[in-house]
Amino acid sequence: MNLLRFTTAGSVDDGKSTLIGRLLYDSKAIFEDQLEAIDLASKRKGEEHINLALLTDGLKAEREQGITIDVAYRYFATPKRKFIIADTPGHIQYTRNMVTGASTADLALILVDARNGISEQTIRHSYIASLLQIKHIILCINKMDMVNFSEQIFQNIKKNYVEIAEKLNIQNVHYIPISALNGDNVVNRSEHTPWYKESSLIEMLETIEVNNNTEKLPARFPVQYIIRPESDKFHDFRGYAGQLAGGAISVGDLVVILPNLIESKITGITIYNESIKTANIGESVCITLEDDVDVSRGDMLVKKDEMPEKNQDIKMMLCWFNERPMNQNGKYIVRHTSNEVRCIIKDVSFKMDINSLTKNTQDKKIGMNDIACVDIRTSKALFTDSYIKNKITGSLILIDEVTNETMAAGMIM
Amino acid sequence: MTSHLKALENESIFVFREIAAQFQNPAILFSGGKDSIVLVHLALKAFYPTKIPFPLLHIDTGHNFQEALDFRDDLVKEHGLRLIVGSVQETIDSGKVVEETGYNASRNKLQTVTLLDAIEKNKIDAAVGGGRRDEEKARAKERFFSHRDEFGQWNPKNQRPELWNIFNGRKNMGEHFRVFPISNWTELDVWQYIYEEKIALPSLYYTHIREAFCRNGVWLAYAPFMNLKPNEKVEVKQVRCRTVGDISCTGLTLSKANNLEDIIKEIAATRITERGSRWDDKRSESAMEDRKVEGYF
Repeated sequence: MNLLRFTTAGSVDDGKSTLIGRLLYDSKAIFEDQLEAIDLASKRKGEEHINLALLTDGLKAEREQGITIDVAYRYFATPKRKFIIADTPGHIQYTRNMVTGASTADLALILVDARNGISEQTIRHSYIASLLQIKHIILCINKMDMVNFSEQIFQNIKKNYVEIAEKLNIQNVHYIPISALNGDNVVNRSEHTPWYKESSLIEMLETIEVNNNTEKLPARFPVQYIIRPESDKFHDFRGYAGQLAGGAISVGDLVVILPNLIESKITGITIYNESIKTANIGESVCITLEDDVDVSRGDMLVKKDEMPEKNQDIKMMLCWFNERPMNQNGKYIVRHTSNEVRCIIKDVSFKMDINSLTKNTQDKKIGMNDIACVDIRTSKALFTDSYIKNKITGSLILIDEVTNETMAAGMIM
Repeated sequence: MTSHLKALENESIFVFREIAAQFQNPAILFSGGKDSIVLVHLALKAFYPTKIPFPLLHIDTGHNFQEALDFRDDLVKEHGLRLIVGSVQETIDSGKVVEETGYNASRNKLQTVTLLDAIEKNKIDAAVGGGRRDEEKARAKERFFSHRDEFGQWNPKNQRPELWNIFNGRKNMGEHFRVFPISNWTELDVWQYIYEEKIALPSLYYTHIREAFCRNGVWLAYAPFMNLKPNEKVEVKQVRCRTVGDISCTGLTLSKANNLEDIIKEIAATRITERGSRWDDKRSESAMEDRKVEGYF
């Protein structure tokens, strides 16, 4: 059984909570005591039906105000796959939250109200999904029961969205007509949509293949931690712990250690007390080298013919998270893989209007929830890939030097 | 190991190594329950062949199951770990908190004071816990690296965004972090992992005979400090624990499961959440959030 991480996006009344509630309920991830608790809470609020949104709104303030403030993570499984949902709120701080949820997702589920068709929010959500390089989008055209399950309406929305997907360069879009409220095409194919020949939503989630050829990417091993036991049994042991951020590495491979460009050979790869021949992307391992070389946290092991770029001037798409706006020419701490350096903001090339998908080159003020193309200069060179090539070595965050808050996330161009 | 457990394990080991790299003085919050036992197992894997480079911190309410304490001591000995114990009894004796009275009296809430004292006294800058997001709705909003202010408090409305696998553990003097390496695991994942990795657990998790009494539909273990209501009577039952906490708030499951396969089957079929029998969560709709804001686990 493998793991699929997906994010959900939708505007306020498009039935996102209902859909998530249904996925959880039908996969038996909602328990009786939880149902009882939200049933009681719904009644206390004077609502007629059980309000499944109360299940997903984990914070008191959210329940009081009836809004979702923060990303929440939910879990369910079918016999075929295990799922982690990053459930992101539709309105307040949508960009900050959706970017956060999308950063770890393999797939985005975007909801559209069949009565209203593609909205500004749909475009916004799709832009963020493409910016974060989510490879698969399922466009759920919801509330089909309210439009008499009209194939014409479904086809029109699909046609409109194909244009958007092309513009945003989103390659894999799946379209599905559903009614989250009644369960049409959620778990089982609905008899109300005989014209729809593809899978139900659950079947799609279970079968979409997301990890294509990642082992063919260039090898990237950011060193996270040095393991030196200094015990009698492992007297001379010096291991480099980390999680493989790209490709694969094997015992016997020649590697280059960045930034010092020292060459060495891999003599061992272990996971706990087990030796393995090859480590693949995503594996947390410990590596030993042939030579007694100087390697510390923040260094990266790569292969000679697959070098990343060495950069001190970095151009990236930046999403700003904090209420305090970006300080032009301000200094921030950059965290990139296991590396930490300082940077200064050099320039804003443009600010993205994510409703119209146009670039604004005049307005250089970057505040909360803005997305912009920004140039920074770092205090020392970083070894990077573009975010399109590698999400780990192509991403970074900016941290405030005084408050230590995470101010922004950047995707290197 | 199935690929989803492997993925979760890789993520948790990554988090443990970040803890070691980003903090000066971390400690694993150890309760004797299965989640903290899995944490210790993951930490062993993350730092092998080095010993786990931080101590265990146990907040002892004085109302613990003896089996959990014995298990704790054996584990500490086996892996050469350092154990710090924060005693709720001492906090009460020092006059810092007043013991609850009445039938539902529990030391669960008092633990927060002892925990924050222990963190301050031992200068712990990262308290690593076995909290999982699937446990409870307030925990579903929790970060891996969760910032606590100088009063040890959580501000759920203003959490740092957490993207990709970049964790920001920077803080100012007096502040600390709670870190949750198994955030993304579900109860069933934990049990399947225990099964696949053959991790030893306290005998409490397996079926056994115990004196128990029923309160509002929940079976609780009888102990001399538990105040029985007039209509409650102690019976001998065949039970096991689904979660292990303080005796006063740990509900028992009537069960004959005496091995991991049967426990996994039981968990997979159950229609009640893990914390559904935890008295500490039943106090109000936001019981967990309220305690977490104050600095609870």
